Amino acid sequence: MSAVPIPTRTPSESLRPPLVDGEQTLSSITETVCSIVERPQTPRAWYIAFAISSSLTLMLFGLIGYLIATGIGVWGNNSPVFWGWPIVNFVFWVGIGHAGTLISAILFLFRQQWRTSINRFAEAMTIFAVTCAGIFPAIHVGRVWLVYWLAPYPNQMAMWPNFRSPLLWDVFAVSTYATVSLLFWYLGMIPDLATLRDRATSRVRQFAYGLFALGWTGSARQWHVLEKAYLLLAALATPLVLSVHTIVSFDFAVSHVPGWHTTIFPPYFVAGAVFSGFAMVVTLLVPARHLFGLKDLITPRHLDVMCRIILATSCMVGYAYATEFFTAWYSGNRFEQFAFLNRMQGPYAWAYWTMVTCNVLIPQLYWFKRFRTSPWLMVGVAICVNIGM
Amino acid sequence: MSTTVEPTPVTTDEPEPASRLFGAIAIFESAEKLLSAATALKQSGLTKLEAHTPYPVHGIDEALRIAPTRLPWVVLAGALIGAGGAFAMQHWMNGIDYPFLISGKPLMSIPSSIPVTFEVAILLAAFAAFFGVLLFNGLPRLAHPLFRTQVFRRVTSDQFALVAESDDPRFDELRFGVITTEHGATSVESIEQDVSSVAMPTLLKAAGVSLVALALIPPVLIAQARATTSEKPRIHPIQDMDFQAKFKAQTTSPFFDDGRAMRLQISGTVARGDMPIDPAISTGYTSDAPPGPESSQWLDSIPISPTIELMARGRERFNIFCAACHGRGGDGDGIVTVRALELQQGTWVKPISLHDRSVRDQPDGRLFNTITNGVRKMPGYASQIKPEDRWAIVLYLRALQSSRNAQPADVPADVLETLRETN
Ligand code: HEC
Repeated sequence: MSAVPIPTRTPSESLRPPLVDGEQTLSSITETVCSIVERPQTPRAWYIAFAISSSLTLMLFGLIGYLIATGIGVWGNNSPVFWGWPIVNFVFWVGIGHAGTLISAILFLFRQQWRTSINRFAEAMTIFAVTCAGIFPAIHVGRVWLVYWLAPYPNQMAMWPNFRSPLLWDVFAVSTYATVSLLFWYLGMIPDLATLRDRATSRVRQFAYGLFALGWTGSARQWHVLEKAYLLLAALATPLVLSVHTIVSFDFAVSHVPGWHTTIFPPYFVAGAVFSGFAMVVTLLVPARHLFGLKDLITPRHLDVMCRIILATSCMVGYAYATEFFTAWYSGNRFEQFAFLNRMQGPYAWAYWTMVTCNVLIPQLYWFKRFRTSPWLMVGVAICVNIGM
Repeated sequence: MSTTVEPTPVTTDEPEPASRLFGAIAIFESAEKLLSAATALKQSGLTKLEAHTPYPVHGIDEALRIAPTRLPWVVLAGALIGAGGAFAMQHWMNGIDYPFLISGKPLMSIPSSIPVTFEVAILLAAFAAFFGVLLFNGLPRLAHPLFRTQVFRRVTSDQFALVAESDDPRFDELRFGVITTEHGATSVESIEQDVSSVAMPTLLKAAGVSLVALALIPPVLIAQARATTSEKPRIHPIQDMDFQAKFKAQTTSPFFDDGRAMRLQISGTVARGDMPIDPAISTGYTSDAPPGPESSQWLDSIPISPTIELMARGRERFNIFCAACHGRGGDGDGIVTVRALELQQGTWVKPISLHDRSVRDQPDGRLFNTITNGVRKMPGYASQIKPEDRWAIVLYLRALQSSRNAQPADVPADVLETLRETN
């Protein structure tokens, strides 16, 4: 859309691979992107897909209702030491979200122009992922109706939350992250909404897009301020995204449980987050690109770059796994050693080995060019990563 | 003002013009043409010139001489306020207002406050950036004269526009047209601004008024609830563990075979307070069951040795357990009694003065029994006060009574002598 530059035709750019394929002009790109939402008839496939996902969502709500009515024992959480299922879900989803912010903020700061084809897509994924993540801490407290106790507000109990608890840091980190992601997403989208507003033919669409475009006119002064704000938000979101998963890892690392109480957790969590997030982007992007006819805008080169990032982060995660073992051995701490040996050989050995296979071994396939060029092979590997995480 | 002659509209009979000239718009096919036209127009002295483009065009800021925005300062201010506020909040809340002692950690430590401080700083900075954009750009502004021109609609997609406003003193529509066409404008149009004041539709007005009225209901109800008292107990939407399913004493229960809710004593066990000591010491009487008021089976004296320590203990226990109702002096003016009589609910019996002859004449065993099992409206304290302490209270009670009713014969002769001298 409007934010996509058209560099294919200038000779100086020819050294670099083009950002988009085919003979593209401003209007052809606008046309390709806008036509998706401007179709007069919603395709039947969409309804089917929507029906499937909304019934799954309904099931989720039903199960959450059951959980709230019964208690968190439903998950098998019967000890105050661990969170089990809810924290696994929480960390998984927050991690997924990180790819979106990484693409939009960090790659923006590094002037990686190819990000423009996928950034809004990835940011939207972030928002949904963070929303999913937010569900779990909220419902895991058991008495959901008291979840507002997490907020520091003056109350009749005359007491304040404990600010030395990583769980409270988490509340601040995740809510800030969700808010900033939303602002970042929306701010970048305002000019695009204006494009849709000006293309709209029906009154309803004109009104709705007009409302959300806030009266954007694309004037040079507006662009000037918006660009500055976008740069600043990217600069703010970059440390934010690193801090969020760091703080999530504090939930574990600040506790004294063997196997968790280690300093490698923050970087390891962040690498894992980027890793799983990119895998999720690939999992979603390849079918979307196929179904919505965006192959010229999201080119094989984009996919190739993402696969390389997955490969790099997979190696980082593998390195972190190895370091954990080394530390356990080198520390000479029997409990630490037991925790890791038990992970490998104990009742959860199957989960451990699935993780190692999916996260470290299978992504190595991306060393082969074939796996980075064939979309479906690529998605297969990415889905393995999603499972492994 | 006075020298310029306004071109009078031909149709003077119309009461008010519905629109006035806002400016002129020129459309270009490419950013390069737009840039050269903008530079030329700026040189011609136009000040109210604006470019509208589908994406940010490089070099436009210089061409239109747009001053750098002050937004970064606003963002910095947001970050500083966030960091300072969050830091102060944590230290005040956990260190000063509600000192939170956790595993001997310091009340105010910098490392543990870094995460929240950092997050809030980012949050407020991001808000500052977002709302700064809206503020500096004058958004939201849903109506703009540009939106009324047909040509503008492609400017957010793939065309480029230059707009000159008519309230610029150097504005000249003809010259604008000539210069822009020279630089490759594909079309030049004038933009009209609607100045007729249209009244709000009645439906919208009614909806607005009723929305405001509805929105006022909750705060009014809350204010009313805060200002008045209510007879009803407070609403208890979430029960938590406040009201639990339970069996009360002396009721039936389908759970046990014998159908009773209460359990019988298991043979070979001793119930609390039933430790086998001298029954007279633990009850205050020598018969098997509590005797009648005037019986001779009440113990006549305190069965444990009355030391000064026992007296002190009795005084302490009396002030803890009895004074609330009976008052420290035993006159029946404890704070509970005073308050209960103030409320005038009719259910409270004012205890008689412990100095009353009817109490003074009671044997020690009977006073002990009163503490153990209560009397009429007074509850028993067997479960709170152990037998020795009960006797200590009786001892103190006796001292209390003698303090007001002692006869000269009760006092040792030498003490009597000093008392006489001092009075
Ligand atoms: C909850 C309030 C309350 C407390 C506490 C209380 N009493 Fe009483 N007491 C009463 C009331 C009321 C009466 C009068 C009962 C009546 O006449 O129905 C009473 C009566 C008595 C009497 C007179 C009994 C009689 O035979 O007339 C004695 C003696 C007495 N209390 C001693 C004590 C002692 C000793 C304690 C401390 C262990 C004590 N009370 C604690 C409320 C209390």
